[in-house]
Amino acid sequence: MNHIKVLLFATLRDRAGTKSLEMEIPDRATVQGLKDQIGRDYPNLKEAMGTVLISINREYAFDEAIVPQNAEVAMFPPVSGG
Amino acid sequence: MLPGLTRDEILRYSRHLLIPEVGLEGQRKLKGSSALIIGTGGLGSPVALYLAAAGIGRIGLVDYDVVDSSNLQRQVIHGTSTIGKLKVESARNRLLDLNPDIEIEIYNEPYTSENALRIAKDYDILLDGTDNFPTRYLTNDVAVFLGKPNVYASIYRFDGQVSVFYAKEGPCYRCLFPEPPPPGLVPSCAEGGVLGVLPGTIGTLQATEALKVLLGIGEPLIGKLLLYNALDMSFDFVKLKKNPNCRVCGPNADIKELMDYEEFCGVPGHDHDEGLAGAGWDISAPELAARLKQNHLKLLDVREPHELEISAIPNAVNIPLGQLAARLSELDSAEDMVVFCKAGTRSTRALELLASAGFKKAKNLKGGINAWAKEVDKNLPIY
Repeated sequence: MNHIKVLLFATLRDRAGTKSLEMEIPDRATVQGLKDQIGRDYPNLKEAMGTVLISINREYAFDEAIVPQNAEVAMFPPVSGG
Repeated sequence: MLPGLTRDEILRYSRHLLIPEVGLEGQRKLKGSSALIIGTGGLGSPVALYLAAAGIGRIGLVDYDVVDSSNLQRQVIHGTSTIGKLKVESARNRLLDLNPDIEIEIYNEPYTSENALRIAKDYDILLDGTDNFPTRYLTNDVAVFLGKPNVYASIYRFDGQVSVFYAKEGPCYRCLFPEPPPPGLVPSCAEGGVLGVLPGTIGTLQATEALKVLLGIGEPLIGKLLLYNALDMSFDFVKLKKNPNCRVCGPNADIKELMDYEEFCGVPGHDHDEGLAGAGWDISAPELAARLKQNHLKLLDVREPHELEISAIPNAVNIPLGQLAARLSELDSAEDMVVFCKAGTRSTRALELLASAGFKKAKNLKGGINAWAKEVDKNLPIY
C-alpha cells in the first residue's frame, strides 16, 4: 500500500471540514482510482471529485497518471468568484 | 511605432522610467497597449486601478451592473457616492481621476457569445475578473480563438487562483477544467461570501502578470497556476500541461466557435442575488406572512448556522443546504413547508433536492429572508 497525504483547498476544505487527508491507497493506483476512493470514503467530497484539479508533487496530474509512493497530492476545486 | 511620452507623462511615470526593465521604451510600450477588463467587481477594481496608474494607453471595461452598498467591502474602485450608478461609469470616473492621460472605453452590457469577439478583438490582452463559470469559459474561448493572452484569476472566501492562459504557448482554462462543476456545487461570492481584501491581493497579482506580458519581462504564469490561501498565507504553484484532449486548444479540438455557455454550465451568467425563477413553487414574503397568520406552516432555513446571527425568522428549523440530503428523515414530506435562505439561490437547490425525494408540498420563499426583511419584518437587516 501507498501512504499519501492529500491537501485540500477552498470549497473542498469546507466540505471535508479538514485541510488534509491521510490515506492508504493501493500501489500503482491512478489519479482516477484515488478520486473514486475519496468519493467512497468521504461522501461529502464525492460530487466535487468530477471537476477537481489534482497536482502530484506540484505538477498537474491527468486522471490516468499513477500516484507515486509517498506523493504529495493537492486538490483544488474550480472557483468562480470575482 | 511606439507613441512618445509628453513632458507631463515623463514626470508621472518617473518611477517606472528609473527601472531598467521598464524604462522609457517599456513605458512607451504600455502607452501603446490596450487591455480589456471583464468585470469591474472585486478583481476588476484593483486590476483597473493599477493598469490605469501604470499608463496602459487604452483600457476597456465590461460590466452591466450598478454599484450596491454590499460591493464596497471589496470593490474599492467604487465609492459610497456612486451607489446606484453604473459600475462601468463609476469605474471610468475614478480611473480618469487617477490618470487623465489614458483612454477608457466602457461596455455597459453583459459579456456574451454575441458581443464578446467584437469587443475583445481590438485589445492586446484580456483580464478575467468575472464572477461566474459561464463567463469564465466564454472569456477563455474568446482568448483562444483570437490568439490573445487571458490573465485569469478567481476567488472563494480565502482562496485565490491566478494564471496566464495563452494557448499559443501553454494550456488554457479548459485544459485544467474541461467540464464545469455541477450547478450549485461551488458557491459564488454572493452565496458563500469572501474576505474583502482577498480580491485586492489576487487582482493585484493579476495586474502584475498583465504588465509583465505587455512589457515582455520576467516569467509570466504561463503553464503555471498560482494558488493562494489567506488563512495559511500560502502560495502554491502547480506546473501545468496542455491537455492533449482539450476541446478548444488541443490538436483534435472540436469546439470551433463560441457556444451557449449558460447551457454548458447549467447556470446563469451572473452572480446576482435575486432568487431563481421557481417552477410554480415560489411564495412571496407578504403571502407567507398572511399564510402564517392563518395556519401552521413548517419553515425550513437552509442557511449556515452563523448566518442566523444576522437575521432569523422565529420558529424556523435550520438545516444547512450541505446537510439536507443526509437529514431528510428529520422532515415530514406530508407537511406544508416553506424553504428559505438569504436570497433564494440555495433554497431553490434545496427545493430541487426535496422534490426529487418526494416532498411535493414544499415551497420556496422568493427572495429569501432578505425579501422578508424588506417587505414584512422591516426591523431585520438585509445582508
